[in-house]
Amino acid sequence: MDMTFAEKILAKYSGEKGVVPGQIVTVKPDYLLTHDNTAPIIQKIKPELEEYGVHNKSLPIIVLDHVIPAASEKTANNHKIIREFVKNHKIEHFFDVGYGVCHQIVVEKGLALPGKLLLGSDSHTCSYGAVGAFSSGIDRTEAAALMLTGETWLKVPNSIKITLDGKLQPGVAAKDVVLHIIGDVSASGANYCSVEFHGDIEQFSVEERFTITNMGVEMGAKNAFFPVDNITTKYLNSIGISTSQYTAIYPDNNAAYSKELKYNLSNITPVVALPHSVDNVKKVSEIEGLDIQQCLIGTCTNGRLSDFKIAARILKGEKVHPNVRLLILPSSKQVYLDALKEGIINTLIESGGILLPPGCGPCLGAHQGVLAPKERCLSTANRNFKGRMGCKDAEIYLASPATVAVSAIYGKITDPRKGVH
Amino acid sequence: MKVWKYDDNINTDMLFPGKYVYTCSTLEEIKPHLLEDLDPSFAKNVEEGDIILAGKNFGCGSSREQPVVGLKAVGIAAVVAESFARIFYRSSINQGLLLIECPDAMKAYSKGDNVSLDIENGKIIVGKKSFSFPRLPKEILAIREEGGLLPYTRKKLKKNR
Repeated sequence: MDMTFAEKILAKYSGEKGVVPGQIVTVKPDYLLTHDNTAPIIQKIKPELEEYGVHNKSLPIIVLDHVIPAASEKTANNHKIIREFVKNHKIEHFFDVGYGVCHQIVVEKGLALPGKLLLGSDSHTCSYGAVGAFSSGIDRTEAAALMLTGETWLKVPNSIKITLDGKLQPGVAAKDVVLHIIGDVSASGANYCSVEFHGDIEQFSVEERFTITNMGVEMGAKNAFFPVDNITTKYLNSIGISTSQYTAIYPDNNAAYSKELKYNLSNITPVVALPHSVDNVKKVSEIEGLDIQQCLIGTCTNGRLSDFKIAARILKGEKVHPNVRLLILPSSKQVYLDALKEGIINTLIESGGILLPPGCGPCLGAHQGVLAPKERCLSTANRNFKGRMGCKDAEIYLASPATVAVSAIYGKITDPRKGVH
Repeated sequence: MKVWKYDDNINTDMLFPGKYVYTCSTLEEIKPHLLEDLDPSFAKNVEEGDIILAGKNFGCGSSREQPVVGLKAVGIAAVVAESFARIFYRSSINQGLLLIECPDAMKAYSKGDNVSLDIENGKIIVGKKSFSFPRLPKEILAIREEGGLLPYTRKKLKKNR
């Protein structure tokens, strides 16, 4: 029987010959990702950790990224508790403050590989389908149980096939594609489903695929996936991973999908998600001219070298509007270093950008760039929920790095094609 | 018993603002901020046995579990919605918070209607109408019966010793 990607990988990991949507299987993931929330996770199971220990020292990946450097005594103490845990239990994959956002680290360090299964106590764990892995978000309690047992249950999801045909127009980005799709299918359009992207995908780099899979959860998806191709293998090669180190899993030709959608990429234009829902998507042209007070380029959605390259190309020789604060948030130390080497950071700071340390920064409203009432922020992040950036009376608009960079110059939401020379 | 009714796409920031995620960890710290940016009257007036009725995609967004932990702690008997976001749904199984996916019950409700639950028989009664909701799969019931994922896991660890 032909199977989708999700069916195939869940069959493999559960030791079943075939599985069907709705079936519940037990799996042992390759990795369990946790971040600053590791502290509350281990506190839940303190006596059990003493008695049984961590199931497997190479299972957890722990990245400190959410509130870094610590913003208060409480968050500092959280980090301290985690460092002690890592030391006491000899956790193999630990990335302290300064490495970057967990999702970027998991991919950049070659931990997420084609055909692997990862779970993480963060909703954007769905990102790793960019390199052909199956990955999904869980809560803290489940992460605690996994640390002790190394296994959990998963329901085999229905799969949605999204075919991307044609070629993107200049000035239109992967971010516009995924926002366009979410606007079309709605914030619950892929609930409980595995989403596969097919079609003319060779035009998307792994970085761009990452932007798309990262936002899978914003349409409700369990996981999001791009089939492994030359682009993937080349990327993995560039980070020192050879094809002998993984076995890619591909969906079968006649697999059954619960829904099949097709998009003509040449028809997609720059878009913005308006407050307070990611599926409230409009063409930039429909809301052009709206004034903004803060811009954010970065996060696990759009904080990679190619994103800053685009921003720097637009901002070179220009100045950020005096009414705007432009925050630059690299997704990792590696991205930061690469951007430094290429002179991108110089350009961005000269134009008026403010550089933040690699981490989650203002994205979740805990610190660094919290908004004031009635302020508007145009951001490359993945969420624009009410209160998300720390203030319930502020507004967040989501767009591509190009749209944010151009808009930062004009001080109002602006079509990026104006700034693309 | 009161009914709290909300719309579609109630997200985790509305249920529990992100700014408190790394500063509030105990139940007493979590409770006052529940639904803070959605309905400030909720935390003050919620009582044991109350029911939440909501539209589509309840609990979408972050994987934070304070919304689930908090709703369970203040004694919400069930959240009845047209649909739920998956991490929130999973989290509720883990914490033992009852979620009922029943679009018909949600649509039948009008303000002032009495809502009651007959969990044994898988029924929800809205006004004078009764609606069935499906039983959970046995794997999930096993977690529920132990009172949540951690007690279930502790038992499993003891058994496997």
